[in-house]
Amino acid sequence: MANDRELILKRVKDALDPLPERAALPDYAGDLAVMRKITAGRDLLELFSERIKLVNGSVITSKEQLRDRLIEGKWMHGYCDPALWPALAATLGTGFTVETEFDRTRIDDYSFAITRAAGAVAETGTIILSDASTTYRLAALTPWVHIAVVSKSEILSDLSIAVAALGKDPNVIWCTGSSSTADVEGILIRGVHGPGVQIALVID
Amino acid sequence: MAHQLIDTFATRLRPETKAAVYDGSKKGHEKRTKLLFDNYAKPDDLRKLAGKIKQHVIENLDTYLPATEERLKENGINVHWASTAEAACNHVLEIMRARGAKRVVKAKTMVSEEIELEAFLNKHDIECLETDLGEFIVQLDHDKPSHIVKPIIHKSRREIAELFEKNGLGAYDDEPQVITRRAREFLRKKYLEGDVAITGANFVIAESGRIVLVTNEGNSRFCLAATSCHIAIVGIEKILPRDRDLALLLNLLGRSGTAQELTVYTEFISGAKASTQPDGPQAMHVIFVDNGRTDVLASDCKEILRCIRCGACLNVCPVYRQASGHAYRSVYPGPVGAVLSPLLLGKNFPQKADLPKASSLCGACNEVCPVDIPIPDLLLRLRAKAKQEGVPSPGTPPMGGWAVMASQPAAWKAALVAGKLINFMPTKLLPVPPLRAWEKTRDLPEWRGGAFRSWLKKHNS
Ligand code: SF4
Repeated sequence: MANDRELILKRVKDALDPLPERAALPDYAGDLAVMRKITAGRDLLELFSERIKLVNGSVITSKEQLRDRLIEGKWMHGYCDPALWPALAATLGTGFTVETEFDRTRIDDYSFAITRAAGAVAETGTIILSDASTTYRLAALTPWVHIAVVSKSEILSDLSIAVAALGKDPNVIWCTGSSSTADVEGILIRGVHGPGVQIALVID
Repeated sequence: MAHQLIDTFATRLRPETKAAVYDGSKKGHEKRTKLLFDNYAKPDDLRKLAGKIKQHVIENLDTYLPATEERLKENGINVHWASTAEAACNHVLEIMRARGAKRVVKAKTMVSEEIELEAFLNKHDIECLETDLGEFIVQLDHDKPSHIVKPIIHKSRREIAELFEKNGLGAYDDEPQVITRRAREFLRKKYLEGDVAITGANFVIAESGRIVLVTNEGNSRFCLAATSCHIAIVGIEKILPRDRDLALLLNLLGRSGTAQELTVYTEFISGAKASTQPDGPQAMHVIFVDNGRTDVLASDCKEILRCIRCGACLNVCPVYRQASGHAYRSVYPGPVGAVLSPLLLGKNFPQKADLPKASSLCGACNEVCPVDIPIPDLLLRLRAKAKQEGVPSPGTPPMGGWAVMASQPAAWKAALVAGKLINFMPTKLLPVPPLRAWEKTRDLPEWRGGAFRSWLKKHNS
C-alpha cells in the first residue's frame, strides 16, 4: 500500500507513453449548456418562482405567507437561524414553538427549519446552501419543511454562473426541489431522507 | 445459433422481473430524450464535447493525477492511493481503526461494490449501512444491485414489502410511500449513530480540488451532516479539469441518468467542514483506486474510462431490457459493463470474455451516451481480443443444451422440473463451469421454472 502511489502513476505513464499524441482540452464557451430558451430576457425572481414549482418547491415573498403556510400544514414546532429570528418573531410569535439552537438528539421534534441560503439559481429553481450561510447542516436537512431565506439580489441566472460563484466555502450544496426517490417501481416519492417540502422565502 | 450465457439468464427470469426491468429502463430513456431535445438546439454537440473533455483527461492522467492530489492536499484533504481492491479496503480499515470508529454510513458508490467493501468491513467487525433507499433494500435482501442508477429496478413493491415485514420494519404494506417513510424513520437514527461517512465521487476537479456528489434522496448529505469523518473512494478516471466543465457535465448527467434537468442534491466538497459549522466531518480522506483501471488505460478500449455512470446505455439496450442486470454477473451491467467488466479483470479477462458478445451492436448505447463512448466499436475490439487470445467461446459448449431444449417443448418441460434440483444442489456440484464461477460471489436466485405452467394447469382444470 505504501508504494501504491508510485505504482499507479508508473502504470499510468506506461499506458500513456505509447500514444503518438494526446487529446487536447477543447475550448468552448462556458455558458454553452445554458437553457437559453428558458432564461433569455427573463426577470430572475419570476423565472426562479416558475422553475422551482416544476421541481415541487415554491417561492414565498412575505412573513405572513410563511406563517399561513406553516399553519396550513400544521407545522408548529421548528428551528430558526438566530440571525433571522428577530425579524420573524412578531409574525411567528403566538402558537409556534421556535428554537434558535438545533438539538441533534431531538431531530424529530422539529417539523420545520428556517435557515439562510447563500443564493439561488433561476434557470433550474435551485437553492444554494453553504457552510457559511447554513447555521446547522442537519437543521436544513432533517425537518419535513425547509425554508431557505434568499435575498433577491442573490438569485443567479443559470448554472454556469452558479459554478463560477462556488468560491472557497468547503461545502456548497445545490438543492433542486425536495429529497426524492423513484427506486420503488419508478414511482416518485418526496421526502426520502431530507425535506419533503422545500420553500424559498425571497426577501429584498 | 448457440446461446450466450447471458441469454440463458434472460430465459430464466421471472416474467415479473422482466416486465419491471423492461418498463423501468424504457421509461427512463424516453423521458431523457424529450428533456435533451426540448432544451437544446444541438444536444448531440454537448455530448460530443463532454466526450472530448473526458478523453483529454484520461489521456493526460499522468499529469492530472498528481496535480489533483496537490489541490486536494492544499484543501486539507488526506489523499491515499490503492492499486487493488484489497489496498482500498485496507485504507478504509486503517482510517477507521485510527479513529476507533465502528460504524459506517454509506452513500451509493459503485466503486465500493467493486472492491466489496461491505463484506470486508463486516469481517473486521465494522457495521456498514447503505443509505440510498435502493441500496438499503438490496442490502437487507442480501441481493446485488442490477442497475447502476436504479439498483432495485428488478424488484417489485410486493417483494420489498415482504422484505420489510421480515426485517421488522412494519407489517406488510406495499404502498411505495409507506415503504419510503419506513426507511426514512429507520435510517435517520442510523445516520446519527454513524462514525464515518463513505461516499464515492461523481467528479473530482483538478483545478480546485473539489469533489462533486449528486443524489436525489439527500442521503449523502445526511451522511456528511451527521458523521465526523468523510472517506471518498474514487476511481482514478473521475477527474475533470475545471469547475466550469461542471456546468456541462452536471446538465448531461441529470438528464441522462434520471431524466432530470439537475439532480436534486449536488454537493461540492473541498475539505472538512468550516470551523464555524457545527455539523459535518472534521477530517476528509480521498482514496484513489486503480483496481484494473490502468489495464483499461493501456488497452485499446480506454474510451470506456470516460464513463460517468449515468445508466442511460442500460436503459436503452435491448439486451439489458430482456436480460436484466444480474445476467452480466458483474458490478457494472449493460453495455458499459460488457466493455468495462471484462477489462477490469486484467489477466483474467477470459472469465467475462463472453459479455462483449451479448450485443446486437444496434448502436443505441453510443447514441445516448452523454460522453459519446463508441461502445459498439469497443465491443468489436474486445471480441477480436478474445479471438486473438484464443479464449474459448463461452456459452457454446456448456449452453449448447439450452438451444436444444428451447427448441423442443418436451425437453424444456422436463428440464424445468429438473431445474428445481438446483435449489438443493451444493454450489460446487453445479453442472456448468461459468455458473459455478458466478455462484461464488452470488446466491443463485431460487429456481422458479414451471410455476406458471402448474398455476395455469390448476386454473384450467
Ligand atoms: S457508458 Fe455512457 S451511457 Fe453508459 S453509463 Fe457510462 S456514461 Fe452513461
